[in-house]
Parts: sequence; C-alpha cells; structure tokens
Amino acid sequence: MTPLLAVRGLTRTFTSRDGSATPALRATDLDVAENDFVTILGPSGCGKSTLLRIVAGLDRPSAGEVLLDGRRIESPGADRGMVFQSYTLFPWLTVLDNICFGLRERGAARAEQLAAANGFVAKVGLVGFEHHYPKQLSGGMQQRTAIARALANNPRILLMDEPFGALDHQTRELMQELLLGIWEAEKKTVLFVTHDIDEAVFMGSRVVVMSARPGRIKLDRAVPIAHPRHYSVKTSAQFSELKAELTEQVRVEVRAAQAEAAAAH
Amino acid sequence: MKPLTPVAPGARLALGIAFFVVFVAGWSIATFGGFVSKTFLADPVSMLRSGWTLLASQGFGWDIGWTVWRVFGGFAIAALLALPLGVAMGAYKPVEAFFEPFVSFARYLPASAFIPLLILWAGIGEAQKLALIFIGSFFQLVLMIAVIVGNTRRDLVEAAYTLGVGDRGLIRRVLLPGAAPEIAEALRMVLGWAWTYVIVAELIGASTGIGHMITDSQALLATDQIIFGIIVIGVIGLISDVVFAWLNRRLYPWAQLGR
Repeated sequence: MTPLLAVRGLTRTFTSRDGSATPALRATDLDVAENDFVTILGPSGCGKSTLLRIVAGLDRPSAGEVLLDGRRIESPGADRGMVFQSYTLFPWLTVLDNICFGLRERGAARAEQLAAANGFVAKVGLVGFEHHYPKQLSGGMQQRTAIARALANNPRILLMDEPFGALDHQTRELMQELLLGIWEAEKKTVLFVTHDIDEAVFMGSRVVVMSARPGRIKLDRAVPIAHPRHYSVKTSAQFSELKAELTEQVRVEVRAAQAEAAAAH
Repeated sequence: MKPLTPVAPGARLALGIAFFVVFVAGWSIATFGGFVSKTFLADPVSMLRSGWTLLASQGFGWDIGWTVWRVFGGFAIAALLALPLGVAMGAYKPVEAFFEPFVSFARYLPASAFIPLLILWAGIGEAQKLALIFIGSFFQLVLMIAVIVGNTRRDLVEAAYTLGVGDRGLIRRVLLPGAAPEIAEALRMVLGWAWTYVIVAELIGASTGIGHMITDSQALLATDQIIFGIIVIGVIGLISDVVFAWLNRRLYPWAQLGR
C-alpha cells in the first residue's frame, strides 16, 4: 500500500545574506499512512518545523520531494490543513466565520458551511462562543477554533506545528485529550510537531525523533498503547518505558546541538 | 497622576471642555482687558455677532456649503483612486517597486505651490480646487495604504493559504478586511489635511467658500470675521472627524477589542 504522505530525500538549506549556507534538513525520508497519528520530536532548531512547512507548501525544498497521494506538492492547498503555534485566527471574523473560511472559499452554500461549522464548534467544545471574535477568547479557545477551522475543510492530512506550545500546562493537557478524542472519532491523518516528549508519546501512534541540525530522522517508534487512550496512560509502565528511551535520544541531540553552537563561537 | 493610567469618561469630557473654557477666557482677557488692539484681534462677542451677520444676511452658509463640497469632492476622488493603487502596491512588490519612489517624491511636493500651475491649466473654477485637494491627499493616501496592506500579518496569510485561498481570494478575504480599519483611520487623518488645502485653494482665485470670505475680510481688516471663519472650519473638521471615528468603530468592532 502506498503511504498517504511520502517525504523523499528532503533537504533544505537556508542561505543567509552574506552567502553562507545553513543546512536545516538533510536527506529526510518519512512515510505517513492513512489514519496515522505521527508525532515528530526533536530539539528546537532541528528543522522539524521546516519539514512541516515544506509539507504544507509554505516553504520549498532545496532537494527532494513530498508526495501526497502520489502527487508532488508544489504549493499550499486545502488538502493539507495546518494549525500553527501562533494564534492565526482572522481577527475580523467570528469563531463561526473563521471555521467557515475554507468552505466559503470552495463556494459551499452558506447553509452547508454553517452546518459543518456548527458541528465542529460542538466537537471542540465552543458552543455558546460562535459569535465571539478571536480577541474575546483565551489562547486555548483560539487554538480549539483553529483546529475546528482546519478540520472543517476536511483535509487529507492535518499538520500541526507545536499547536499547544503557547498554552499553559493544564490547558495543554486538556487540549491533547480533546484532539486525541477527535482523532479517535474521525480517524484523520495527523502529522504533529512538538518538543514535549509526554505530548509526543500520548498523542502519537508513531513517534519520530529528529537529530540536531541539520535534521534527519534518527528514530521511528510505534507507540504500543491501545486506543482509546485515557490520560491515566501517562502513568503506565509502557508509557514510562518509551518516554525514558525517547528522553535519552532527544537529550543526545540537544547536547549535540549545544556542542555545535559552542563550536561555532 | 500615574503614567498610562486611563481616565474616567466623564472626567475626560470635562477636561476636554475645560481647555476650551480656559482658551476663550484667555482670549477674552486679552481683548476686553484692552491688552490687544481691536485691529489685530477681535473679542469673542463681536466675533459671534459678526458671525451671525455673516450667516443671516451675507449668505455665508452658501460659502460653507461650497467649501464642504470641495473638500469631500476632492478627497473622494483621491480616495477612490488611491485605494486600488495602494492595495496593489501593498500586495504586489513589483508594483510597489515601480510606483513607490515616484509617489514618495510626489508626496513632498507642496500642494499649495501647484496653485499657479493649476490656475493656468484648469482656470479658477471648481476643477482647480478639486485638483489641489487631490494632489494634497492622493500621494499621502497611496503610500499609507500601501504600507498598511504590506504589513498584513504573514502568519494570517500562511493560514489562509493552507485553507485553500488563491491570490485573488487572499487579497479579497485577508489583505482587505485585515487592513480595512487602519485604512479607514488613514482616510480620517488625510481628510483632516484636505481641510487645510481647501482654504489655501480658496484664498487664491475663488469667488465662494470660507477661504474667499477670509480674504475679503482681510481687505476690510475684519478680524472678527476671519476668526469666525477659522472657527467654523475647526468645528466642521471636528464634526467630520468625530463622525468618521464613530463610523469606523461601528464598521470594525473587532478592531476595537483588546485596545
């Protein structure tokens, strides 16, 4: 079976103004199967966001390619929904109209837009806030709206770039459960970037660890915890075991990144 | 007083009015107290009296109407043309690179210096007045709109692309609505400047308008009339500003949040 998303030999090198080249990604390969939830874990600056942005079509690779359903990705499109770390709701639209944004662009009838949007409002627990503007919402509520906005577009794959990174710890855990619940119910394909190991293990059916810059995939582990997952699995032996291994792997990379930064000085 | 601490709305209004009171009081002391000769500065009461005469028997209301029409006419033409050009410059960098240097240059050309040329080209009729206001506001507006549109948050642009918008959809559904409140504010500011240009236009070669009345009064040394004219301009300007600001708040309630 061909994977839904195939990353082939992806390399990205940033060229600075003085002409020096910084490699961000090096010959990265990754397959994501339909309905999979893959979390990408790595130290900051390892190129995991760059990988996600290339998949979204917001950045171009220096070499290699990304295939979605076997077709090469050249530009952004509605088939790849994205949730960003920063709050990117359109401030001039209400919660409901933010969620309708993609459907309206596709020319869906207003009644159809509203039906879909109201369904997602309920799924992300924002009933009663449909007519609020983003600035009237907390960070967690804004991200829930952003998830609903991406899902309402019914993308083939949902890309998430540290979507809960700016939230406080408690809100973050609740958001993880909410997203996992939605994924378990809807069986979407998700590619989720994070630097939080607990989050990567709890959410992912697979965890992929990236090396320090230039990033490539150094470890790919299936998470042997059955669905549906209750938050109490975070204290199970299986969870702790995998977490311990990943912690060790990420630690090595953070060390490597620091050593390289020190050598550059 | 503590820095940046807000003031209650009632106190704000009272303070704002208080300054007008202080201003008029100072003016009254200077004129009624005989510290300033009547030739140079009329007192507030004779200013009001001659203002009433102007309105009641000399058709000054007609002049006010002409001036308002010129300001809004010239400004509307400038805004209608500046809007598409400014948006195009903000959205498309090659368009900006093409126009921006010239517009920046033209922006510094003093509009009033065009009056002799405009009289030569357009005569002393309405076209000359409208053209002057156009020159004074168009280039400013274009640059301001281009900057506002160009400053659209890039993360919103990226979010819109991942939701499937094309380039036209991006301009129509992200750049324009996002920039609209700031563009409205820019229009409000430049409209204020248009008021100064219209008076200049009417000081030279006009047979109607507030500026024309002021020049006529200068020949008669009627400082009371001149001051009345100036105050009328200020009051109309203030009213149009307040209406504009109120309209912006009504049209863009989301932009008021979190201020």
